[in-house]
Amino acid sequence: MSLVLAYLVILAAALLSVPFLTVKWKGLATVAVVAANAVIISLLAANALMGEETLLTLSGTSVTGEIPIRIDALSGWFMLVINFTMLTGALYGLQYMKAYREQAANLSLHCTAYLLVQSMLTVICAVQNSLVFLFAWEIMAVSAFLLVIFEHQKPEVLRAGINYLIQSHLSIVLLTVGFIWVAYRTGSFDFNAIAGFSEQMGEASAFVLFGCFFTGFSLKAGFVPFHTWLPYAHPAAPSHVSGVMSGVLIKIGIYGILRMVLLVKTDFTLLGYFILFTAVTSGVYGVMLAILQHNLKRLLAYHSIENIGIIGIGIGLGTIGIGTGNPLLTTLGFAGALLHVLNHSLFKSLLFFSAGNVYQATHTLNIESLGGLVKKMPHTAVLFLTASLAICGLPPFNGFVSEFLIYAGLYKGLSGDSTVLLLSMVTALFGLALIGGLALLCFTKAFGVVFLGSPRQALRHPPGEAVQGKLVPMYAVLALMVGIGLFPGFFLEAMHGALTLFQLKMPGGEAAAGMPLPQGVRQLAAAIGWCATGLLALAALVIFIGIKMAGRTSVVKGPTWSCGYVGDASRMQYSASSFVRTYRKLAEPLFSIHKKKRAVEGIFPTDGWQETHPYDKVEAWLIDLPLRKLKAFIGRFRFLQNGNPQFYILYGVVFITLVIVIPLLVGAVEQVMEFLGKL
Amino acid sequence: MLSLILILLASLFFTGIVVRVKSLASGRKGPGILQPLKDVWRLLRKGTVFSETTSFVFQIASSIYFVSVLMAIMIVPFGKMKGLISFDGDFVFFAYVLALGKFFSIIFALDTGSSFEGMGASREALYSMLAEPAFFVLMGSFAMLTGHTSFHGIFTSLHFSSHVSYALGVLATFVLVMIAMIENSRMPIDDPKTHLELTMVHEVMILDNSGFGLGLFTLAVSLKFAMYGAIIANFFIGDVPWHYAVLVFFAVQMIFAVAVGLLESFMARFRMGHNATFIFTLTSASLLIFFGVLLVMGKFI
Repeated sequence: MSLVLAYLVILAAALLSVPFLTVKWKGLATVAVVAANAVIISLLAANALMGEETLLTLSGTSVTGEIPIRIDALSGWFMLVINFTMLTGALYGLQYMKAYREQAANLSLHCTAYLLVQSMLTVICAVQNSLVFLFAWEIMAVSAFLLVIFEHQKPEVLRAGINYLIQSHLSIVLLTVGFIWVAYRTGSFDFNAIAGFSEQMGEASAFVLFGCFFTGFSLKAGFVPFHTWLPYAHPAAPSHVSGVMSGVLIKIGIYGILRMVLLVKTDFTLLGYFILFTAVTSGVYGVMLAILQHNLKRLLAYHSIENIGIIGIGIGLGTIGIGTGNPLLTTLGFAGALLHVLNHSLFKSLLFFSAGNVYQATHTLNIESLGGLVKKMPHTAVLFLTASLAICGLPPFNGFVSEFLIYAGLYKGLSGDSTVLLLSMVTALFGLALIGGLALLCFTKAFGVVFLGSPRQALRHPPGEAVQGKLVPMYAVLALMVGIGLFPGFFLEAMHGALTLFQLKMPGGEAAAGMPLPQGVRQLAAAIGWCATGLLALAALVIFIGIKMAGRTSVVKGPTWSCGYVGDASRMQYSASSFVRTYRKLAEPLFSIHKKKRAVEGIFPTDGWQETHPYDKVEAWLIDLPLRKLKAFIGRFRFLQNGNPQFYILYGVVFITLVIVIPLLVGAVEQVMEFLGKL
Repeated sequence: MLSLILILLASLFFTGIVVRVKSLASGRKGPGILQPLKDVWRLLRKGTVFSETTSFVFQIASSIYFVSVLMAIMIVPFGKMKGLISFDGDFVFFAYVLALGKFFSIIFALDTGSSFEGMGASREALYSMLAEPAFFVLMGSFAMLTGHTSFHGIFTSLHFSSHVSYALGVLATFVLVMIAMIENSRMPIDDPKTHLELTMVHEVMILDNSGFGLGLFTLAVSLKFAMYGAIIANFFIGDVPWHYAVLVFFAVQMIFAVAVGLLESFMARFRMGHNATFIFTLTSASLLIFFGVLLVMGKFI
């Protein structure tokens, strides 16, 4: 209780005082408060993970009823994930925002919004009263909107922000419908009412209820086809905000889905298949579009959709495990999903921070105009490279661990009986393998084109390495990533409490309470850890031998071999577009790719050029088409808005007349009817 | 441990046999079986030329590529004997550790800033992406058939009982041979011996490599061949006693090497544009295996 109070006091004091501080202190104060709050929350969360749940009931108001605060292991896990990235994001942002030092008022808003996002994400994890939950959700959505539109002078930023705002309100509408449905029937806002209610209402309606929540949370998480706001919002925001949004804000949608899996009681097998197929689609679709992007941050944003898909595959697998009563599937599926939540928050925020470094050094995010940055920004290059390896799920980094757990679960699922199960397992395997391969293509492109080779365009300012203040939080993230890769067992033990919650949902799962992690899973974790260590050691050894050999022999520097051509070959380099050209040709039927080009022709050829603009077909059908129809329909009434004041006064008079006359008319008709009735 | 030694032994003569078969097929005498090995040894001791465009990536990539192949080899079992590394789902690690090597070989090529090497890198990335699902679905089918999820478990309990399962074995061998050819960029995907840089994948990626690094890359190619040969051999070893198994192992490696040589002598390379389609067909072949396994297990409705 005292911790919660301390938290609230610090937060309130910070929110009130930040706008009045000088620009320098604003940032420092925000970081200090974020850090202090992160420590307090982490204490509560760590307790919850170790089995000591925090249960509080605030008296609330007559509207909300009692407000239960329950921090169980699932909440605890998400709170820790959220606060780590919020903290590194704040530290990174402190340096990143120095470029905007003169916008004092804008910075105040930014700092306040950042604090609000942190606290509201925490509140969403802790509070189990649907009304308060929705309030917190709304504040979070609006403050995130404020964070995104920091550079609101740019029209495309504002556009992206408003797009995000509208879509996140669609999510709130769906959640509200779900919560009102429950509250109307049970008269309680407590989350536990959902559990009781869904038990009574029968499996079919419970499925609809879950679908309502799932769609609402999917809009936040970014499952296909609800992903269209993501690729706009992430590039528009400042880099630390992109990192936080992609790392943890969309994960709150995953938290919602997991919470609902714990609360709603329905046919879990069917539910599992549903989630699994949505997730596989998201994963493959997200990465397929990511490859075609030319804007570095947009590319990363599409990768968030892919990774949400991977998390979803884990959730789907675990839910199928609950439905079929297979404890191993449940453990592996949810362990993979929860660990991937953490992993993705780490490497994705690191990638966005690196993209921020690149942006501030070169003032462009178009990867076609970059190149050869590894020599100018070695630290950023190493960080981006490691994060790329991790996001491709390659050992010895953390991404491999979570993907491996999901793979292991899928292969275990292949020993099941039902043909539907086998087919969906093999579909998921196919999807996951394809995602892995496509991610490899995408990140070799991103890293190779941005950092390697020689510069593709002359930049106005010579780029340089980012300041140390930016690099320190980034290396902290890297350290945690390597830690997970080498010691996955520790993190699996830490999330064991959360896994038990899902085990308890299984028929006859009560036995799982208090049981240690299954021996098989533990062995797997140990095996991966050892393999990763061995891989690192072996690589270090061979590299060492290589260096020793180089010391014994001659090492000469020379130009790159360009098959006899002796001029400057840097203009002939492979560009990002040419790197993925064959892939683009293959994938063309699935996406609408607008291509403009001018070929090099004639005896005295002029410059040739080519542009490709990939566009998302889902967005075209699901967002643009309905919008166009709506606009066309509303456009028919445009004659009403003719700019003539007399007409507007006429509308007013007509309106008032109607308001007065209609009740009178209704009354008269009623009287006539009454009279007729008497006849 | 035995499997590691056997694969290393097999890799010593594998490329030699391929080269020898090719030269015999074209009516030449050809170099000795151990010539490729001598070349590697020479390269490892030679000096290095680095391009001015390259960075640290170029210097560590060949070592990491080599290590990734070495790690993958440690996972391959031999008959009843486990590999050095063996756990449930070890073939996932196998595929991903190879992918790590591939990642480095691709960025290694991009590091030089050469258009040719970029082209090779682009092709390599695309082909490996397309081949990945085939391997996972193939292993999934056998995991389903045997109920085990490690290389060792699958191979020891794999019994070809009916005609259908023999057909599956043949199909699986075909898929694995093709994956090996794609991984090593050999015929019919790519011809390593053409003179024009434009037609190649792997060879063009290492254009700027020399000395120790090139030696490691060349060594890795023969190791990879022997590794896939060992996996194919494991399909046929089953649970025979180990001294027969060793004979079977070398026989399979020999047949594999001769087959590669003959294939490269008598077949024309595919058009680069058609390769992607061809590689994706492999996935359908492995899906065929999956449905075949369903059929064998009587789960097909």
